[in-house]
Amino acid sequence: MAILEVKNLSKSFDDLEVLKDISFNVEKGEVVAVIGPSGSGKSTMLRCINQLEKLGGGNVTVCGHNLVTGYSNGKPIYASSAELREIRLKIGLVFQNFNLFPHFNVLRNITEAPRCVLKQPKEEAEKTAMELLRKMGLESKAKAYPCELSGGQQQRVSIARALALNPEVLFFDEPTSALDPELTGEILKVIKELAKDKMTMVIVTHEMAFAKEVADHVIFMDGGVIVEEGTPEEVFVNTKNERTKQFLRRYDSINKEN
Amino acid sequence: MHFDDILNCVGIIAKYLLPTLKVFFFTLLFSIPLGMVVALIKKCPFKPVAWIINLYILIMRGTPLMLQIITIYYAIPMLQKAGHLMSVDIRSDSYQFTALIVAFALNYAAYFAEIFRGGIEAIPKGQHEASAALGFTKLQTFFRIILPQVVKRIVPAGANEVITLVKDTSLASVIAYIEIFRKSRELMVTYSNLIPLFIAGVFYFAMNAILTVVFSAIEKKLDYYK
Repeated sequence: MAILEVKNLSKSFDDLEVLKDISFNVEKGEVVAVIGPSGSGKSTMLRCINQLEKLGGGNVTVCGHNLVTGYSNGKPIYASSAELREIRLKIGLVFQNFNLFPHFNVLRNITEAPRCVLKQPKEEAEKTAMELLRKMGLESKAKAYPCELSGGQQQRVSIARALALNPEVLFFDEPTSALDPELTGEILKVIKELAKDKMTMVIVTHEMAFAKEVADHVIFMDGGVIVEEGTPEEVFVNTKNERTKQFLRRYDSINKEN
Repeated sequence: MHFDDILNCVGIIAKYLLPTLKVFFFTLLFSIPLGMVVALIKKCPFKPVAWIINLYILIMRGTPLMLQIITIYYAIPMLQKAGHLMSVDIRSDSYQFTALIVAFALNYAAYFAEIFRGGIEAIPKGQHEASAALGFTKLQTFFRIILPQVVKRIVPAGANEVITLVKDTSLASVIAYIEIFRKSRELMVTYSNLIPLFIAGVFYFAMNAILTVVFSAIEKKLDYYK
């Protein structure tokens, strides 16, 4: 069974159609990279799946739970709030701008949700958090506040925060776009390690080389539709679609200039 | 005025510090929670509710507090008379104090509501989204994530209001509530001298000096994060 099924997902903001009939599946242990130009709907798609935006049409199924139970007059009827909450907890989300809680130290940023939402005892939550921080190489920063950390460190804390809830699938919304190239490397390293541990992930990214290296499946989006998808080799090497080719060429030329 | 008279005045005025402080503390006690509630109701998606709140804030901020105190003080007995209900004793201390606190609390709540609203709106959307993605309920998000950050942001503006309130307590004298301002004016007439008024000024100044120190300590304490 697929961990995530997206069926005919569509979304409009007023008259602007940002997602048109998006369908794809994510299997357990799979790493999916979503690439495409800015404004192609990648982030909106992620936000719809994460319930940060309402669906316009179609459905999202996470581990067999449907987000929408049906439609009436073209408006989605959502599952019960308890069900939606359960779905939410199966998905972890890492934001472009980290969105750490500035008033909590690193440890509390990670333990707050397990304690409040999953009702874990303090010791258990802190033990898990310290293990995750060790994995992220940030053990010594447990008592630091987010403002005292570099962007790369903040992003690693936010990955740990998402992992603390033990999600079935982890989403990344351009996790390195707010970081300089040096810091980008440390985040990509962490994601690669997670991929090695068979973490199911969906990564919206502009890092083409990274997508090629780490992803099992690549989705190229443009204008709110999936233009091309397949293995990294199919999309990056044996590119079929003209629009994909054009997009990738532009990236190649930028890389060569550098 | 002799030195003995001045000391005498200080002693008399100091005795009326308590009524001043009572207005001050009771106003804060009611207006801060009320202001928070008003700020939250204003975000209600049902438009007529927001209009009513806006009208309330407009009236409270748009007319003098002194006018509001007098209106509330006299309007309630008048309404009761018109409705042939049991009338309150307008001369009783308890009615006078209640009317005062109602007027002050309603007025200050309007200002606090706008401060809270500004503070809530200044919290980046990402904080709400991160909380939602982590499975926090709306209530948990508000009390654990948003409110602590709002408090930090509104301390400077809140300090302004609180310091203004110390001075505004003098408006209570308009309905013959006796506190330091009213008393010092009486003494001013008795002695035909401005010194009692000056003494009252020193009292207000001292209270606000203390508040200024307290608020900068609070700001410093909340400075552990950016």
